[in-house]
Amino acid sequence: MKIKVNGEIKEVDVPEDVPLLWVLREELGLTGTKFGCGKALCGACTVHLDGKPARSCTTPVGDVADKHVATIDALGSEQSLHPIQQAWIELNVPQCGYCQSGQIMSAVALLSKKPNPTDADIDAVMSANLCRCGTYPRIRQAIKRAAELTRQQGGQK
Amino acid sequence: MTHKGPKIIALSGAVLLAVVGTLGLATANPPADGDANHQDHSAAKANVDASIEQANLAAAPPSTEQVDAGKKAFIEVAKVLQSPRCMNCHPVGDRPLQTDESHPHAYNISRESIEAGMACSTCHREQNSEAVGVAGGPPGAPHWGLPPKEMPMVFQGLTPTQLCAQLKTPSTNGNKTLQGLLEHVSHDPLVKWGWNPGGERTKPPLSHEDFVAQFKTWVDSGGACPE
Repeated sequence: MKIKVNGEIKEVDVPEDVPLLWVLREELGLTGTKFGCGKALCGACTVHLDGKPARSCTTPVGDVADKHVATIDALGSEQSLHPIQQAWIELNVPQCGYCQSGQIMSAVALLSKKPNPTDADIDAVMSANLCRCGTYPRIRQAIKRAAELTRQQGGQK
Repeated sequence: MTHKGPKIIALSGAVLLAVVGTLGLATANPPADGDANHQDHSAAKANVDASIEQANLAAAPPSTEQVDAGKKAFIEVAKVLQSPRCMNCHPVGDRPLQTDESHPHAYNISRESIEAGMACSTCHREQNSEAVGVAGGPPGAPHWGLPPKEMPMVFQGLTPTQLCAQLKTPSTNGNKTLQGLLEHVSHDPLVKWGWNPGGERTKPPLSHEDFVAQFKTWVDSGGACPE
């Protein structure tokens, strides 16, 4: 079957009920997206489907054939960081770092809906992405910093 | 329901006024944008359909036996609607419920989460997680979600009489006629998920077939509500 990932059409030879996460990591070598709980309970595997966040560990690849899958691997670049990445670096958000791919993808989705999120907005979305290191206060600060950077750069990235 | 020409003759003046009034309201309040326009027209159409349905009922009212049967049937319908599989997504307030105990959803999930970019489908996909070999994950079905904030269609905490009144009224039931409701509970994949909930989740107290039969009895009574 063919799927569109990070703007490119990819052909994969897998059953349609295989979770998207397995296809991304094992078939396409896109290892930025992490396996956390494997049950859509922690958020580490978050990707975007047509711009909306989704847990890839319980999404069968057959369900995304007509959608655009975006992973953290294609978010920004070394030459041009996404404001979220820039803010994450400025505020030194990660500790062990394992959950951060999912945190960042959820944060990007949040900012696309709420360009100037309140603490309540951030809690309403980010509470579903778990961090065993407890980096939540820095995540909240970094989301607000990313919103500020986006405004300075003149719009949504 | 389909409009039956000859029956229009039997329309009472009051019902005709209701139909005309509804249409008048729809045009008197122009929508601000395309979506609102579509919703206004849908709501107006539902109101007109409901008025025609009421007119048909007025022309051929249900018998006393049908009304009595409808009132009894709604008691059974309410048991299903207020069982966890249905009620958990029709809560009082903005937080969905979960499990057979119907406690507030974990992870601080609410309508605010949806408004801020995290739709229910982020975790609740098109099928139960068991479908991809994952036991213990979230349940799933097409268009998983809460009713809209502006029309929350609360099932929790209402008496059968209150629930019945809400359910038969298009402005509080998702702009549906009684026939539209019957269609919805008979075929909607999210409704039918209640009888295929996955995991250890209990099912509603009636089978889907019996539920639809009771619902039809209620619809045939013109939406008679228990006292």
